Amino acid sequence: MAAVQGFEPETVSDEAELPDREVGEVVLKLENIELGFGGVKAINDVSFEVRKGEIRAIIGPNGAGKSSMLNCINGFYKPQKGTITFAGKTMSAMDPHFAASNGIARTFQNIALFRGMSTLDNLMTGRVLKMNRGFFWQALRWGPAQREEIEHRAFVETVIDFLEIQSIRRTPVGRLPYGLQKRVELGRALAMQPSILLLDEPMAGMNVEEKQDMSRFILDVNEEFGTTIVLIEHDMGVVMDISDRVVVLDYGRKIADGTPDEVRRNQNVIDAYLGVPHED
Amino acid sequence: MFYREAGIYKTSYAADQALFRIPLDRIFVISVVLFAALVIPVIGNEYWLGSILIPTLIMAIATIGLNILLGYCGQLSLGTGAFMAAGAFLGYKIATAFPWMPIWAVVILGGLSAALIGVAFGLPSLRIKGFYLAVTTLAAQFFLLWLFQKVPWFVNYSIAGVPTAPPREMFGYLVTGAEATVEARYLFILAFTVVLALIAANLVRGRIGRTWMAIRDMDIAAELIGIKPLPTKLSAFAVSSFYCGVAGVLWSFCYINTVEATAFDIFRSFSVLFMVIIGGLGSILGCFLGAFFIFLLPIFLNSAPGWVGLEVPTELISHLEFMVFGALIVFFLIVEPHGLARLWAITKEKLRLWPFPY
Repeated sequence: MAAVQGFEPETVSDEAELPDREVGEVVLKLENIELGFGGVKAINDVSFEVRKGEIRAIIGPNGAGKSSMLNCINGFYKPQKGTITFAGKTMSAMDPHFAASNGIARTFQNIALFRGMSTLDNLMTGRVLKMNRGFFWQALRWGPAQREEIEHRAFVETVIDFLEIQSIRRTPVGRLPYGLQKRVELGRALAMQPSILLLDEPMAGMNVEEKQDMSRFILDVNEEFGTTIVLIEHDMGVVMDISDRVVVLDYGRKIADGTPDEVRRNQNVIDAYLGVPHED
Repeated sequence: MFYREAGIYKTSYAADQALFRIPLDRIFVISVVLFAALVIPVIGNEYWLGSILIPTLIMAIATIGLNILLGYCGQLSLGTGAFMAAGAFLGYKIATAFPWMPIWAVVILGGLSAALIGVAFGLPSLRIKGFYLAVTTLAAQFFLLWLFQKVPWFVNYSIAGVPTAPPREMFGYLVTGAEATVEARYLFILAFTVVLALIAANLVRGRIGRTWMAIRDMDIAAELIGIKPLPTKLSAFAVSSFYCGVAGVLWSFCYINTVEATAFDIFRSFSVLFMVIIGGLGSILGCFLGAFFIFLLPIFLNSAPGWVGLEVPTELISHLEFMVFGALIVFFLIVEPHGLARLWAITKEKLRLWPFPY
């Protein structure tokens, strides 16, 4: 199963030797997804698949249904029609716990960190599903519970090193500036050791330098840990640069799907973004 | 020399994750506990031990209970008094049904029964949040108190309806009931307070505590990380009610020496809530600060005019006490909404840099 994508060196070298990242098997498949809120169809008959190890972007104008799509993938929304195939199971809707325990992690468009907790605790919370010492050990915090804490702390420290957030380890995240909060949120997702990472506008509201940093982190996560990435982003420069394949949504429908170059030349996409000229 | 972190190097994660990360903190807390256990029973008199320290420590336990629920898990409850009553009455039933049972086991079983009841009343928390949840816990407050008053089974069909606490021994000393010496009762309660505070501190900094705080801070993100909301909330209700239940048993058995529902009315719930808010949401230290503040301030206000030589009529004093007390609570909440524990944390941050401004 693809759930345990590690920070282990073997995995890294495996991924690095892949000749063509396009050829990865399909790890997540969405078919004919339909989602409506009352009379509004947020997603209308959209199908696409995500292959192992790729960076898959979802783009589209505002209100196209991109975030709803991510919410369907990790089970926060239940689509009314269609199927999701993941981890060997085909289901009509994802269960959040199933998604999380099988390696889907995500970040949010509006930062959804645990504001009252420190950076370290936020990242440690990402490890919750991997810790299983019972209540009484934890009450004593002795023996197995203590060892477990240390073991996961060691892993979280590798994420902290990777994201270069050592200096804010003990700062309550509510006090951090926006760019760092986004980074901590990425860290919390990485602490889950995801096989698929869903990023909802990871670069929204950032300046150029922060965007470059974030792009670098995303590429590093993808290349070093072999994590599959599904990304929503409005900055076309970033999307076209870092993604392998792009899905374009407009008014809840899929209007294009392909490599950045194909998508860029697609007439439907140009129309959706620039509008259709009137013929008077 | 100064209280600061500089120069304290951690070489292992175990040391970095210790309960007290600064040696001076550990030394301070251990000496306070030793002082409370060894010196206070010797120097304290009947009034200080029996009327101030015993109720304050018991209320501190209840405050830890509510703080776990409200401060750590973010679930507002006004049923603290009811859960204390559940502990007291069911502890009484257990103590009288099994007279051979050691008293510490009675206290713990009383707490566990309260925990079960707390879980039952915590069930609506999956769907109901904030003030609405507070209202459903109010239902627990009124229903449970009514139940304990109306059903004579809970008081073993006692004619007066207010049975006295059964006297029980530990290590050969009476620790409950009116005949127990005040020192024995104090030490018994102190032992529970220290152990329960330690367990609470361990829980809130471990995995369970993090799941509680995650639900408190951002329940949607917590769910998508894989934290199941219902078990998490119910575990907070269970632990919280356990603490309240233990406090209830101790209150009935070691402080007022009778088992009666009126001791656990809505005002008890509110005073615990005040202690949590004044002490600081999400802080174990704050529970103690809050309990001592709420208990000692009225006594201080009562005797302060006498110390400076002012002759004030007693009726005026008792009215003044309420006014000053209320005003001080408002003042504190405006100056530091996060409570006394936050003030202490700020002082520590300042000391870290002292004597430099930044």
